[in-house]
Amino acid sequence: MIPQAVDYKRAGSVSEAISLLAENPDAKILAGGHSLIPAMKLRLNSPSLLIDIARIPELRYIEVRDGGVAIGAASTHHDIISNAEIQSRYGVMIEAGELIGDTQVRNVGTLGGSIAHADPSADWPAALIALNASIKVEGPNGAREIPATEFFLGFFYTALEEGEIVTEVVLPAPAAGSRSVYRKFMQPASRFAIVGCAASVTIDGGTITDATISLTGVSADGAFLDEAVGAALIGKSASLETIEAAANAAAEGVELNEDHYASKAYRKHLAKVYTKRALAGACGL
Amino acid sequence: MPKITVTVNGTQHTHEVEGRLLLVHYLRDVLGLTGTHVGCDTSSCGACTIHLNGNAVKSCSMLAAQADGATITTIEGLASGDELHPLQVGFKEEHGLQCGFCTPGMIMCAADLLNRNPNPTEQEIREGLEGNICRCTGYHNIVRAVQHAAGQLEAAS
Ligand SMILES: Cc1cc2nc3c(=O)[nH]c(=O)nc-3n(C[C@H](O)[C@H](O)[C@H](O)COP(=O)(O)OP(=O)(O)OC[C@H]3O[C@@H](n4cnc5c(N)ncnc54)[C@H](O)[C@@H]3O)c2cc1C
Ligand code: FES
Ligand code: FES
Repeated sequence: MIPQAVDYKRAGSVSEAISLLAENPDAKILAGGHSLIPAMKLRLNSPSLLIDIARIPELRYIEVRDGGVAIGAASTHHDIISNAEIQSRYGVMIEAGELIGDTQVRNVGTLGGSIAHADPSADWPAALIALNASIKVEGPNGAREIPATEFFLGFFYTALEEGEIVTEVVLPAPAAGSRSVYRKFMQPASRFAIVGCAASVTIDGGTITDATISLTGVSADGAFLDEAVGAALIGKSASLETIEAAANAAAEGVELNEDHYASKAYRKHLAKVYTKRALAGACGL
Repeated sequence: MPKITVTVNGTQHTHEVEGRLLLVHYLRDVLGLTGTHVGCDTSSCGACTIHLNGNAVKSCSMLAAQADGATITTIEGLASGDELHPLQVGFKEEHGLQCGFCTPGMIMCAADLLNRNPNPTEQEIREGLEGNICRCTGYHNIVRAVQHAAGQLEAAS
């Protein structure tokens, strides 16, 4: 399969990428290309120009900042899971990242590309929501920072405005006593999440003081914060009974996704099972 | 049209290419290196795996233009002269192939795995080769082939 003819330009800086995008309304940003190029080969997407941002040095870094970690948008999945700072603080990023596709995909695909693409079964969006991360974007009207909970708006749909690019993801410092995990039931061929649950739980003296739980693959609208699960945990003791009750609240009142792998009812069931497993992991049970 | 310069198996090449030219087609059709196979053409099977700056990548899902400036190794570049790479020896000794269609991709991906983890467990080998599909062998002998290579590489170091 061969994509439609397309021009290719490599941007040397973020500002060059933004100007090229502004001058070419039919253009698309190219990062790893591991969502875009397969789509172009299927002719689901036929931009006139690809603006390659993968090698912009100011977009590929991972650094500790204010006790948290800032990740440049062009960092690959492999960059992230092999980073010692992320390994030591953000279990959910490692567990989610290691389950993305396969070695070859993780060597090329980027964090910024994954979240801008916003596949409703992608793994990073769930992890970023559970960590209360924020996403920095830049466009012709300047830069802004969007909480992950407000970034993912629906099916392949984000808060990115026309002409904007994702530049950075900021993971806040993890609270003392917190632990974050990811559990996923994957599509056996693509390894995308049929159901993925990211949970970040803070425990103080046996009591859950904070909990953010998000699900991906479950809703047709993509990853979302499941507030009912969090609410069922906060203030309770970190016990099996607590997590069982909380997991039972998962994926209620959601427009459920459905495909030939999993019906709505099965997805909802899996969402509860995987939420329970994630909570057990995050509570050390 | 973008102009690219790449070093493939130690030889530098410069070509003007169409923006849409896939890296695997550049390797096969422009350079004549047909050891890199196209299996699924949809980024799932790993038959097209090569090394780009030392990392295993699926060349059916990249543009040639993205590889500009890169150092590429394909299956043709793995042996040193007549001396097979330990992975090639392993696949031969352990019967790691039947039809051989998946083998170049398997070997290139396994080479990335052994670079990162010279002594992988069976589980790590199976996980490391998740992106490569074989329709013939049932994988057991592929795992043994990689273990054979790991043993050889360890003995040599
Ligand atoms: C075989 C296979 C298996 C996969 N399995 C999984 C999986 O299990 N889980 C999972 O989550 N993902 C999976 N993926 C998707 C993979 O993670 C992609 O790498 C990712 O979705 C897109 O990242 P990219 O850098 O390749 O983006 P690209 O393909 O380059 O771009 C994707 C889209 O985002 C836009 N874009 C890219 N970067 C930016 C930016 N910085 N700012 C604004 N827009 C931007 C592009 O214009 C395009 O529309 C898989 C992919 C493949 C091929
Ligand atoms: S041909 Fe590239 S992954 Fe199958
Ligand atoms: S040996 Fe035939 S596909 Fe693997």
